[in-house]
Amino acid sequence: MTARLLWPGLAALSLILAALVAQMPGWALLPPAALHLDMAAWVSAAMVWLVEQATFGLFTVKQATRALAAMIEWPYEAARVLLVDGITEGRGRKAVTLVPPLSWIAVTVAMGTLGVYARNLWLGLGVGALFLYLAVFGQWESAMITLASIVIAVPIGVMGGLVLGVAAYLSPRFDRLQSPVLDLMQTVPTFAYLVPILFLFGFGPVAALLATVIYAMPPMVRITTLALRSIPPEINDFARMVGCTGWQRLRKVLLPAALPDLMVGVNQVIMLSLNMVIIASMIGAGGLGFDVLNALRRLDIGAGVEAGLAITALAVALDRLSQALALRAGLPDAATGSWIKRHPKTLAVLALVLATGLLGLVWPWLQTYPKAGELSTKAFWSDLVKSININYFDQLEAWRTFVLTYMLLPVKRFLLALPWPWVVALVTLAGWQLGRARLAALCLGLSLFLVAAGLWEQAMTTVYLCGVSVVVAVLVGLPLGVLAASNATAGKVIGGVIDTLQTLPSFVYLIPVVMLFRVGDFSAMTAVVLYALAPAVRYTAHGLRAVPEELVEAGTVCGCTPWQVLTRIRLPMALPDILLGVNQTIMLALSMLVITALVGTRDLGQEVYIALTRADTGAGIVAGVCVAALAIIADRLIAAGAAQARARLGMGGDA
Amino acid sequence: MKQTLRMVSLALALAPTLALAEVESTDPIKLTLHDWTGQLITTNIMAAVLEEAGYNVELVQADYLAQFAGLKTGDLDVAMEIWATTGQEAMDKAIAEGGVVSFGETGMLAKEEWWYPLYMKEKCPGLPDWKALNDCAALFATPDTAPKGRYLGGPVTWGGFDEERIAALGLNFEVIHAGTDAAMFAELEAAYQRQDPILLWVYAPHWSQQKYQGEWVEFPTYEAACYTDPAWGSNPAATHDCGKPFGPIWKVGWAGLADKWPGAAKAVQAFTIDNTAMSAMIAKVDLDGVALEDVVDEWMTANEATWKPWIGQ
Repeated sequence: MTARLLWPGLAALSLILAALVAQMPGWALLPPAALHLDMAAWVSAAMVWLVEQATFGLFTVKQATRALAAMIEWPYEAARVLLVDGITEGRGRKAVTLVPPLSWIAVTVAMGTLGVYARNLWLGLGVGALFLYLAVFGQWESAMITLASIVIAVPIGVMGGLVLGVAAYLSPRFDRLQSPVLDLMQTVPTFAYLVPILFLFGFGPVAALLATVIYAMPPMVRITTLALRSIPPEINDFARMVGCTGWQRLRKVLLPAALPDLMVGVNQVIMLSLNMVIIASMIGAGGLGFDVLNALRRLDIGAGVEAGLAITALAVALDRLSQALALRAGLPDAATGSWIKRHPKTLAVLALVLATGLLGLVWPWLQTYPKAGELSTKAFWSDLVKSININYFDQLEAWRTFVLTYMLLPVKRFLLALPWPWVVALVTLAGWQLGRARLAALCLGLSLFLVAAGLWEQAMTTVYLCGVSVVVAVLVGLPLGVLAASNATAGKVIGGVIDTLQTLPSFVYLIPVVMLFRVGDFSAMTAVVLYALAPAVRYTAHGLRAVPEELVEAGTVCGCTPWQVLTRIRLPMALPDILLGVNQTIMLALSMLVITALVGTRDLGQEVYIALTRADTGAGIVAGVCVAALAIIADRLIAAGAAQARARLGMGGDA
Repeated sequence: MKQTLRMVSLALALAPTLALAEVESTDPIKLTLHDWTGQLITTNIMAAVLEEAGYNVELVQADYLAQFAGLKTGDLDVAMEIWATTGQEAMDKAIAEGGVVSFGETGMLAKEEWWYPLYMKEKCPGLPDWKALNDCAALFATPDTAPKGRYLGGPVTWGGFDEERIAALGLNFEVIHAGTDAAMFAELEAAYQRQDPILLWVYAPHWSQQKYQGEWVEFPTYEAACYTDPAWGSNPAATHDCGKPFGPIWKVGWAGLADKWPGAAKAVQAFTIDNTAMSAMIAKVDLDGVALEDVVDEWMTANEATWKPWIGQ
């Protein structure tokens, strides 16, 4: 009984404490400066040492990183020659093309053929159509620049992920060491480590590539380890019995057996790499990301939307291709005979590459899609936003004021009025209840880190903004998920919208949102909700669909109404999945912080952004780790909560 | 097919004649690109001129302030626009620390100040005098700032001392910081479409001057003493009781440029262009949608007499 009253009691106490804010001593509201460790200065000093003095004996760290950059630059340049630049003589404006890059026809057909190879004609046509879209809407050259960096970043991410994943599989100790690092890679905002990357690897596309790899690699590592562990032990034993050496076992037995799972990882790397396109373009990657930024800077909403949709098109094409290849990966190749006989499609594509390349010298439209044939929807998008702005602004403004006055501002005031020792105690208590000493220690340590970093106020602002956004996203996402699970057509439509919202760079809708809702917290919240909605919907739908039919039938037989089936059986059974969805929503909301800083929020994201523009390595990393600390606390608490729920429902699992 | 072959051989035959003119080093000179159109134009013009002189040029995306790290070490060579209004501190610091040198003024003058659309003058007749602002505070207010007027300031990183200015001049306004330049002008665009009140930070040269009719608020003119000496100006107890500073846009670069490519350093030093010419080009790119390369090419053809002397031709 007392346990049941504990949290409502604590909540009531918190409200009383917040109401007493005027009487509170200053040290309780904001951690006193004495507790503030100047970690930013330490990190900056360490960085200066690393860049200017650190040495491996024969050569310095900087020389090593620059050499690595040069190694990556080489294949990147090759990809650019193939897709974008061709072989040229001279540089810049004086450049004369000697051998043109692959023509738009060649690339489109090659991608289409890959689709046919991976699955069937329909996929081939679909992928071809998406590439045709890039050409017809005038996005070709930028899209190829982006594609060039993706085709380099993805293999590096996949290979790196494979190596680390295998290492973690072979050595549990390495796994334990690596796990927190992966957590940080996934939760520290990219902006936070852009500056050190620029220092170490120089300005330009290579630095952008590496930032992309850091961001996109962790899921590959995790999936590799997981996939290898889930291989039935019999297969492993069998490989031992037939006398495979360790390397042979890994190369010829384990990795092929895990291939379908590994391809899921590859798919994740591709999607995350495309997520990074915009941020990478800020430090010199060029391509579609740069077009989006550039268009929005001119407030050319239409051009921004078109370039953004081109990223979505590229993402969808690569996603579908990699998924089809993943399914196909398990199947053996049936064709036999000479190389030529076995690879008719490859040959046909090569022939086409040659043909369009040579004929393109005579008929340029074969090489480069003609300007005259380009379509544009630019005016439509700008006019749409304009007409909403002129006709509905008053209603929107009333809505914004309502939400701001009755929801956002009270929550903000409440959270900022809570004394920090109280918040730290609450978080630690929650850790204790859900995961005993280990989790409690983790929660205590991480929240004290926020105190020591001297960013308490920004951290609480972050909690406020993300908290409200997550609540809204879940409130919107749950019903959508229920709808998607109960109706196939609705499911498809909702799925499509959500896929687009997730791959469309958030910058594209950030500017129209600002035009309609002004600079400030409401715009930020809207953008976060739009982006973070997806997992709430997806996991809810997935969880509801996965409820065993027998249970539903049993309920129906007992005379449950559909509403009762939903609220008494389906939703409680789907709870662990829904909680995972909430968890992912929180992670996405936190990862949007840096983007919303661009519309003027004052949270940790803004700190990271300011540090980036001032090239302050230390401040950026400390603020970034603070974001990661919040993410890890939320993640661990929810994971523990989900495990408890699963245990209570008798679903076993990893509880 | 015959024609194709001829074109291929033509292309190959052309190659040797493209050998570069005599320059000190054929290593590419790296010019930085930022995120506003004016800077892209200046940099592309400089790049075109250097290429005419036979240098190899590479254009690199770099953050406005973060680039000083690269300029110090020679990773980056030239930055064409450092505004006295936003970059002076970083520039002075980098020059003082060594590795970076100034290549003089670009000839353009940067102006930044509070700005309002012309239609606001009817609603608030006392403008552009700053003393009229308090009477119109309610006009500029939004529900979340009321009863204070709302002034949309630049991103926090731009500084600008607007909070101090409001306090020193006793203005009944609140500063709302936009996170980025784009967000700021998005609000202006939206307000302008509706002809609604808005007061915000605008800078020039920028395309907004071409697109929107409006005026700067006239504050007491800036002097260095205003920011440091409380006794200066109408409020004897506070600093910042004046408008924003204005000043030249500087060119800076890596100190080693003059040793490695003396001719290029001279050309960068010689580069000048004025606000009018720049504004016209910015408008062409941002408002008329002409490709940036075409605008640069047009300027290069029309102004041969201007740029040839820069490279001693």
